[in-house]
Amino acid sequence: MTTRVVIDPVTRIEGHAKISIFLDEAGEVSDALFHVTEFRGFEKFCEGRPLGEMAGITARVCGICPVSHLLASAKAGDDIFAVQVPPAAEKLRRLMNLGQITQSHALSFFHLSAPDLLLGYDSDPAQRNVFGLIAQQPELARRGIRLRQFGQEVIELLGGRKIHPAWAVPGGVREPLTPENRERIRSRLPEAFETVEIALDFIRDYIRTHREEVEHFGNFPTLFAGLVSKDGGKWEHHDGWLRVVDSEGNVLVDQFDPRRYYEIVGEAVESWSYLKSPYYKPLGYPEGAYRVGPLARLNICESIGTPKADAELERFRSYGNARGIVTSSFMYHYARLIEILAALEHMQRLLDDPDILSPRVRAQGSINRLEGVGVSEAPRGTLYHHYQVDENGLIKKVNLIIATGQNNIAMNRTVKQIAKHWIHGAREAKIPEGLLNRVEAGIRAFDPCLSCSTHAFGQMPLQVTLFAADGRVLDVRSR
Amino acid sequence: MSKKLRLATVWLGGCSGCHMSFLDLDEWLFDLAAAVEVVYSPIADVKTFPNNVDVTLIEGAVANEEHVELVRTIRRNSRMVVSFGDCAVSGNVTAMRNPLDANSAEVVLDRAYKDAALLRPQVPHDNGIVPPLVARVMPVHALIPVDLFIPGCPPPAPRIRAVLQALIEGQTPEMIGAAMLKFG
Ligand code: SF4
Repeated sequence: MTTRVVIDPVTRIEGHAKISIFLDEAGEVSDALFHVTEFRGFEKFCEGRPLGEMAGITARVCGICPVSHLLASAKAGDDIFAVQVPPAAEKLRRLMNLGQITQSHALSFFHLSAPDLLLGYDSDPAQRNVFGLIAQQPELARRGIRLRQFGQEVIELLGGRKIHPAWAVPGGVREPLTPENRERIRSRLPEAFETVEIALDFIRDYIRTHREEVEHFGNFPTLFAGLVSKDGGKWEHHDGWLRVVDSEGNVLVDQFDPRRYYEIVGEAVESWSYLKSPYYKPLGYPEGAYRVGPLARLNICESIGTPKADAELERFRSYGNARGIVTSSFMYHYARLIEILAALEHMQRLLDDPDILSPRVRAQGSINRLEGVGVSEAPRGTLYHHYQVDENGLIKKVNLIIATGQNNIAMNRTVKQIAKHWIHGAREAKIPEGLLNRVEAGIRAFDPCLSCSTHAFGQMPLQVTLFAADGRVLDVRSR
Repeated sequence: MSKKLRLATVWLGGCSGCHMSFLDLDEWLFDLAAAVEVVYSPIADVKTFPNNVDVTLIEGAVANEEHVELVRTIRRNSRMVVSFGDCAVSGNVTAMRNPLDANSAEVVLDRAYKDAALLRPQVPHDNGIVPPLVARVMPVHALIPVDLFIPGCPPPAPRIRAVLQALIEGQTPEMIGAAMLKFG
């Protein structure tokens, strides 16, 4: 007989989830599943709304990475307007996204995962949180809080508020950057660099002293997918080509326009989760499992393109296989910190760019195409917004492929691997709390955002429907 | 020093933006940690809602059957229940599915999970694991009495701070003026 142990709810992640661990008669783990238990249905209720509202509504998909939705939505709008955004607008959008990467990664590392890494998986669950960190490691907690605050401030100084700013619009952005605000961002960079260096020292040390954990923490081959820059395949977070690489370093897809994502991404549904499982179509489900986000972005890029982050990337790759590909999901933590470093260096560069203060930040346009796709690298991975509109710009169809969903298959494998490694001979289905917490920590490494991830509705990735003006279906094409 | 205030924060159907705004209290979290004990929260590891809670902040609207149960428990175990943010106060974005069908969540679910193009199309349903959606998304006060409403999508951090400060000092927060009452 199998017994089922349910962790409910999984805590210190962004959203609602449970984990099931299945034990055989000997108390050994036979299987484990990661369940996402929330659903809101954005794609359906956006229908009929004006295109201009989409940024505001879809930002509410997620309070942690509203900027990612804002940017993907604005880019889908650029595509529908068929305009090119002014250079300053493109750079300002990048700047905001870098602020977003900084705050979101800082949240994941300091507020959510540091309690495990610094206080210990087996420490008192009542204290194992950011407040416990404040009590026991005040200096580091303060630094982490201030780093996240810095990222949030970059967003606020550009968009007028920290959460859900309605600033990026089809054609560009609403407001330019003022010289005073540029100086405010600049003045806080040195402290941010210092904090990330401290965190990097810590994580390298942790990896050195916790080999066993790193080895069995979601460590398996999968594909890795994400954007790389159009010039030379460098690390990219805003606009680039889609690249898919396998664990041996073979490039399966390159220089691919991400707006054609539906040609290579399929989605599967399981009865036990509201989170769908996207997969790489040519390999099928579940063999086509791929990972996105910080680990994937570092695995697929040639280089980051800034000196400090590139030096760190080289160290990172030394933990990988012969081809420098890093496969343990634990290394998401390390990759995230390297990406903060990259974000800070890129910010510095953008702030020095004379374009950044230009008042020309918005191209005017109107409905020139009836379909548009906007793609951005959210902190958690590649995010797709795909809209169809009518002649008046009212939304007819929406598809969102959310970063976290694309890690679903890998997250399931991770909880299973960790449970199998650590849990043995569980008597009367009693598993020590610290071990269950380790399994949850496997999920935390992915920094999943579940508020986001359960809105994907998944029709257009595979099928295009052409409608007549009266709503009749003229043609359905599956792809 | 008097006993620390026992504070809980909960999320239901929302985007976690209200909790992010709570974390935007930034270094004031140090002061907060000195004055309250956080006894339950998605950012902490206690798995069951505790007894004897002084104040519970609820983010999000009631969207599934587990939320219904949870808000009832929260009411029984909390002296003060606060609707925290527009979704809790009015349903907001989470309730935008209501007009599609007032009696069922089926249309949104079918649209999401039963498209012919998907592999294994089916509405997720595993018993006791994936909670069924309620037919209509509801604000918190539709199910239980609520003592205080903090509007905002999300409420800005200074507004949250003003409320918590008052509660810590044993006072009723004054919800007046645009700084305290604006939606959106
Ligand atoms: S009120 Fe706004 S910020 Fe808060 S959960 Fe709802 S959508 Fe998110």
